[in-house]
Amino acid sequence: MEQRSQGALAGGAGGIECRSVRKTYRDLSGGTEVLALDGLSLDIAPREFLTLLGPSGCGKSTLLNIIAGFEKPDSGAVWLDGRPIERPGPDRGVVFQDYTLFPWLTVQRNVEYGLREKGLSAAEAAGVARHFLELVGLAGFEQRYPHELSGGMKQRVALIRVLAIDPQILLMDEPFAAVDAQTRAILQEELQRLWLQTRKTVVFVTHSVDEAIYLADRVAVMTARPGVAKAVVPIQLPRPRDATSDAFNAYRRDITRLIEVEARKVFST
Amino acid sequence: MPGRAVARVGPSWVAGILPRWPYGRKRTLRRFVPPLALLGAWQVASALALVDPSFIPGPGTVLRAWWQWMFGERAALSWYSGTWFEYVYLSARRVLIGFGIAALVGTMVGILVGWYELMADLIDPIVQWLRPIPMTAWLPFATFLFGIREGAAIFLISMGAFYPIVVNCTAGAEQTPKNLVRAALMLGTPPRKLLLRVVLPSALPFVFTGLRLGIGIGWVLVIVVEMLAVKGGIGYAMWTAYQFVRIDLILASMFTIGILGLASDRLLLVVSRRVLRWSSGLKAR
Repeated sequence: MEQRSQGALAGGAGGIECRSVRKTYRDLSGGTEVLALDGLSLDIAPREFLTLLGPSGCGKSTLLNIIAGFEKPDSGAVWLDGRPIERPGPDRGVVFQDYTLFPWLTVQRNVEYGLREKGLSAAEAAGVARHFLELVGLAGFEQRYPHELSGGMKQRVALIRVLAIDPQILLMDEPFAAVDAQTRAILQEELQRLWLQTRKTVVFVTHSVDEAIYLADRVAVMTARPGVAKAVVPIQLPRPRDATSDAFNAYRRDITRLIEVEARKVFST
Repeated sequence: MPGRAVARVGPSWVAGILPRWPYGRKRTLRRFVPPLALLGAWQVASALALVDPSFIPGPGTVLRAWWQWMFGERAALSWYSGTWFEYVYLSARRVLIGFGIAALVGTMVGILVGWYELMADLIDPIVQWLRPIPMTAWLPFATFLFGIREGAAIFLISMGAFYPIVVNCTAGAEQTPKNLVRAALMLGTPPRKLLLRVVLPSALPFVFTGLRLGIGIGWVLVIVVEMLAVKGGIGYAMWTAYQFVRIDLILASMFTIGILGLASDRLLLVVSRRVLRWSSGLKAR
């Protein structure tokens, strides 16, 4: 193992350090090795909202999966509060793009699932679930099955099922990519509100520049594959942010320029 | 919509158990026409003696024979009188015991093989090597092993029903969505509990497909085994009727087995619709 860095992050509450993370994949169609991440290093401060922004296939999701503990890097390491990440766990809540609710459980049971695994009694779990369902306006939908919900509602359930177990870190993999634009705006606002209340460390993957600027403390712009963090842009705008303001526009222009160069690389290869 | 109104009959507890009749009045009528037309054609052909009634009896003759088989007086040598309920009981019991064993063992083995690599390596080759042997080919060996007794019937039926159940359960467990497993781990499920929390519920649609195929094979095999290896039951009646050239009773036996097969399949379908309420939205229709 590499030497453990002793930055300000070690011992913090929900700080993540990525050191020279390298990850290759076997391309299923061609059978060739694809380099997804090439020595990526990135620090994420406790209670920070960081968005990972980059062109498709730049390894954003790969990095998220490694932080979640779903996948292991080929080399390099990822630490959470100074401890290496070995496996998935309830300290890192993941919100997937395709919701990934348990289809055989009702909304209520989906939200209670992690609470029951934590050892809460049925009554306690029901109480917490009720609180969160009300928080996102899903009271009255407790007994529905996921297939009976709209995309926006499913993603709310996916979000509160994770918030209910109170993880230190929230990992979100293009969570709003599959919902319509209006719902997306509402969900972004809700997420921001919940984040301001709870102040968890959030790593949020997106390919939308606006979404990245609207939500993030810092935007990490990733290069085209193989991915490394090309630039990390702190967004110094008061919340909630106005996407039509000049300052917002300036960020949009700068970051779009950074992204475009990388997006072109994808097509030229 | 008028004409699509769906009638509910009987007390409410019946409505709670029975599936809703899914067709409106027009389609209900339409669906009854072909079977009734077939029966009518059979009656007409026999009444006009288009086929020799002593060769293929008409519906009336079959019904009378069936009636006697059901409600006639029991007598020492007349196997065709008053024995129907006992024979149905014997056949159904064999199918249910055999199927029950197959359902239990098949689901467990299938899920384990589909989920654990070790189980797949240890068990799957045996299943795949034995599976090509038709169940009928087991008959002489099973009879030799168990004699003309219940054991032979139960053995054949449970083994025959086991294959579709195990194959479907394996496929179901193998196709557990990766992200559902990840979600469960992320929410704190210990890896050893994944099987019960995620793999089994996720595979349930496959399990029920396997069960329905399995019970169908159960009815096929009960006839075969009753014809050759055990006494009593619908297959036994059918074979005896053949030896006495009682075509009417052969046909009555065929209808009997058809009704039993249909009833058991519908029953399983009702159970599966209940259990799989959550998956109805995943189907295109």
